[in-house]
Amino acid sequence: MAGGGGGELQLLGTWSSPWVIRVRVALAMKGLSYEYIEQDLPNLKSELLLRSNPVHKKVPVLIHRGQPVCESLVILDYVDDAWASVGPPLLPADPYDRATARFWANYINDTFVPSWRVLIRSTTAEQRAEAFKSVVPHVETLERAFGECSKGKAFFGGDAAGLVDVALGGHLVWIRVVDEVSGTKLFDEDRFPGLAAWAERFFDLDAVKQVMHDAGEVLKLYKGFLAK
Amino acid sequence: MAGGGENKLKLLGMWTSPFALRVKLALSFKGLSYEYVEEDLRNKSELLLSSNPVHKKVPVLIHNGKPICESQIIVQYIDETFPGADASLLPSDPYERAVARFWAAYIDDKLLKSWLQASMGKTEEEKAEALKETFAAVANLEAAFKECSKGKPFFGGDTVGYLDVTLGGLVSWMHAGEALYGMRLFDATRSPLLDAWVDRFGSLDAAKAVLPDAGRLAEYAKKRQAEQAAAAAAN
Repeated sequence: MAGGGGGELQLLGTWSSPWVIRVRVALAMKGLSYEYIEQDLPNLKSELLLRSNPVHKKVPVLIHRGQPVCESLVILDYVDDAWASVGPPLLPADPYDRATARFWANYINDTFVPSWRVLIRSTTAEQRAEAFKSVVPHVETLERAFGECSKGKAFFGGDAAGLVDVALGGHLVWIRVVDEVSGTKLFDEDRFPGLAAWAERFFDLDAVKQVMHDAGEVLKLYKGFLAK
Repeated sequence: MAGGGENKLKLLGMWTSPFALRVKLALSFKGLSYEYVEEDLRNKSELLLSSNPVHKKVPVLIHNGKPICESQIIVQYIDETFPGADASLLPSDPYERAVARFWAAYIDDKLLKSWLQASMGKTEEEKAEALKETFAAVANLEAAFKECSKGKPFFGGDTVGYLDVTLGGLVSWMHAGEALYGMRLFDATRSPLLDAWVDRFGSLDAAKAVLPDAGRLAEYAKKRQAEQAAAAAAN
């Protein structure tokens, strides 16, 4: 595997976190080796985590040559910057296309995910129906975004997966798990053919297969939450 | 100076918006000319609605007919598209860029959020809690200033950088807030470095050219509060 390794790069994470998965997929796409250090959150915040992310005390944290980078989207930008000549770029070269990619990554983080997480936290059929109704308009927006960004190609990033693919793709396992439990299909192939096909292609990427956890494990974890 | 001919810039904004102000500051520090359109947010223009259909908010920068939305994204776009003769807004080192982006997100997600809640919270309890969080955020930002400036006058070092512009959007509101509530967001005891930065930043020509008058902002805030109180009483 190309650069980064030899103790230079560490990632603090939790195995099921979509934000951590985002970073792991990006590192795999760049072909970077690193030491992955699983954190036992929320039970125990390790010394290393507290030292590396004193402000938020959260994962993911990427530590490069002893210097921590926090917040998944900031980390993705950093990985693209610091290893610009290694592997495929996460962000396009053109400033306007970069702004567009950043816009959709922000939309996913600030609008889509918080809305969808209401569905995760729903425990009754009524809550689920309500939550699902609220998140669908955001999926419609993302379906349009996919059309605009991909311009007929396989990914938001074009021929190769990029920032937006990774930002949304990190959540796919959880989306499938929640779909299974609530009997919904968020990226329904009839309503959202672009996103449905994109999800299949994303799961098929080598970089994603390397890091994406078995849906069965995530399902067990989710059922555990609901049982509490 | 750029702005005419093939580089047409149009900014849709609103004079009280700290987010629109960030973009004005960036354009000002870059010496770029542009057409400014003041939006009435209670009666949004067709241009705004078609340029930002997702959020329908200001600021929107339209460059040669193509819209860019979200203040932080716009500022980065300006920096990348118009590198200019002077230092760029974002640092050139990838790690320092990551630090700048981290704190820019923090300013919006933590500092601004709790500061707004401290004056607009529904209960006294909520406001008090938000004020505590605001002071905690200020303490973190004071430490960030120390780390980023390395003893120099700005977050960007010798010259104004990305974080100076990001935080700069709030400067007039800081003065307005002091006039309204007698509370200085960055006071000399709790955050001496930031306190000095506010005056230093505000005295720069490029900032003075675009910063709105704090007195006008305070009057505006009082008017809005009275309107909201009247609406609440009527319901």
